[in-house]
Amino acid sequence: MRPLTIQRLFLQCAALAGILFVVVIIALKAGAVEVSLFALGRDLIRVIVHHGSEIKSDYGLIVMNIRLPRILLGIFVGASLAVAGTGFQALLRNPLADPYVLGVSNGAALGAILALLVSPHLALLPAVADLLTPLGAFLGAAATIAAVYFLGRREGQIDSTTLLLGGVITGSFLAAIIMFLMTSETGSNLRGMAYWLMGNLSTSLQPSVYWILWLGFLVGAGAIYTTASDLNLLLSGEKEAMHLGVDLPRVRLVVYIAASLLTGLAVSVSGSIGYVGLLVPHVMRQIFGSDHRVLLPTAAFGGAIAVVIADTIGRTVVPPAELPVGAMTALAGAPLFIYLLRRRMA
Amino acid sequence: MSTVAPSAVGAMRSPGEATRANNEVRLSVEQVSYAYSPNPTQAPLFTLEASSFQARAGEIVAILGPNASGKSTLLKLIAGTLEPLSGKVLLNGFPTHSLTARTRAQRIAMVQQESQLLFPARAWEFVLQGRHPHGRALRFESATDIAVARNALAQVGAAQLSDRWMAELSGGEKQRVILARALAQQPLLLLLDEPTLHLDIAAQVDLLHGLRHLAVENRYTVVVVTHELNLAGEYADQVVLIQRGRCLRVGPPGVVYQRELLEQVFQTPLSVELGPSGRPRVNVVADRESR
Repeated sequence: MRPLTIQRLFLQCAALAGILFVVVIIALKAGAVEVSLFALGRDLIRVIVHHGSEIKSDYGLIVMNIRLPRILLGIFVGASLAVAGTGFQALLRNPLADPYVLGVSNGAALGAILALLVSPHLALLPAVADLLTPLGAFLGAAATIAAVYFLGRREGQIDSTTLLLGGVITGSFLAAIIMFLMTSETGSNLRGMAYWLMGNLSTSLQPSVYWILWLGFLVGAGAIYTTASDLNLLLSGEKEAMHLGVDLPRVRLVVYIAASLLTGLAVSVSGSIGYVGLLVPHVMRQIFGSDHRVLLPTAAFGGAIAVVIADTIGRTVVPPAELPVGAMTALAGAPLFIYLLRRRMA
Repeated sequence: MSTVAPSAVGAMRSPGEATRANNEVRLSVEQVSYAYSPNPTQAPLFTLEASSFQARAGEIVAILGPNASGKSTLLKLIAGTLEPLSGKVLLNGFPTHSLTARTRAQRIAMVQQESQLLFPARAWEFVLQGRHPHGRALRFESATDIAVARNALAQVGAAQLSDRWMAELSGGEKQRVILARALAQQPLLLLLDEPTLHLDIAAQVDLLHGLRHLAVENRYTVVVVTHELNLAGEYADQVVLIQRGRCLRVGPPGVVYQRELLEQVFQTPLSVELGPSGRPRVNVVADRESR
């Protein structure tokens, strides 16, 4: 018997934070412009102590103003998608569930596009207009998961296969609407079809948006974490969980809303990046076990690491062109997905 | 001899049962009824007519009846997961249906037919789940939780299974671990829905014998739904006989186990005699033609 202790949880998270740090350093170094480790360290410290203006060199500007924001965005997106995927997998009792497979990412993308289309017609303060895209993405995500959830129910029980099929079909339906909007609304500031359907981390964002993202992540991931112990019990079934004292309607509501928030925020700044929310929880489960009190935070770190690595490879593998990060995650993720699917059916 | 006189049953009580007259009623099922219909405008597909019985601490009640007679429905009504159409189920005076999920789980433990785990778990992790309703917030397990879980595993004779994966266990071993999780809830009321299904005869006797012991030792009230007439006759203090949603008879096995009644309920020729333990024993009469 080795029950989880807070010390062990912290140790595991610290180890992953260390790996993430190393990955971030490598990602900062990698690229067309060579950066020495020494210069990198010096400039990082300058940024941290708010002396960024002292950075004179060109490469310092590239690293701090282009690479670092992109890496931070990757960390946010990866962590959000992985936590949302972990929540969906436990709640829907389906190891193949994730925001992308369930169509939730496309729902969020559609919501964000609609918000982008509508916002110029509304006389809004710039600060409020900035909020409109993430809000639209959140609403799109929440509406999609509600629809997929009802599609996936049969005789009052969630049916795994129906649910997945419902998600895939909803996702492709929404992708078609996105393509229609992108094609008919050429010229508006919509960032392009590949951005929304494949995912991309190259957007430059207002500093205020960063605050919204990280605040949203803390709220969403925190809310899901409060249900960690309930999610553990859901592994043996909804009825059993209720007999063990899980307030299922509350847990369901908290996880759906929080996971929609995380997906919505991530998609509103990066488009639909697939497979992160699906595969990262699986890998972490192999390493750290199925206990959601460990799984949720480790999946957040794992998602961040995975997305930063995928994006770094994507922007360095065929210079000077860049592969969208979603293409990289799909290249690695799709075969793994098929492996999991086949193992489950065996 | 087809029936047993009530006085003979009284004489057979074990020492643990003898003190029960001093105990207050713990579980009281009062004229509980239920109707199930998929559509409110239609006549219900299934009804459970008003049923009543009472049980004290340390008592085992067996609910018996053919398939689709309403046994499991009655168990869910007792568990409080279904709301009765009329009547009430009181546990220490509180209606079980109106308790919150958490309070209910502190007082009532349910052992259901085997369920599939989504991701692998070790036996001890599974048993610790029973501590969930007693924990707070993120529910990091306290020393008490661990001691209770250890004790629960030991009580069902499964201490050596602690570090095994649930998926590796045999049917009987798994049933023990599931029972241990229920014990870890430290309930007042232990409900079991066909716990002997998929178990071989030795494991069945083991389980019921263990329940008998636990009921007396931990002062549980145990309600078990089963098809095993003889195991129920051997180990239950009371049996509730149900047929097509009607509660036909409640009482000690020696009173309820009458040949004509059981034959009528189970629609098959039977014989009832007194076993070596003084409890009634039901036999299937295989040769239908000769009767």
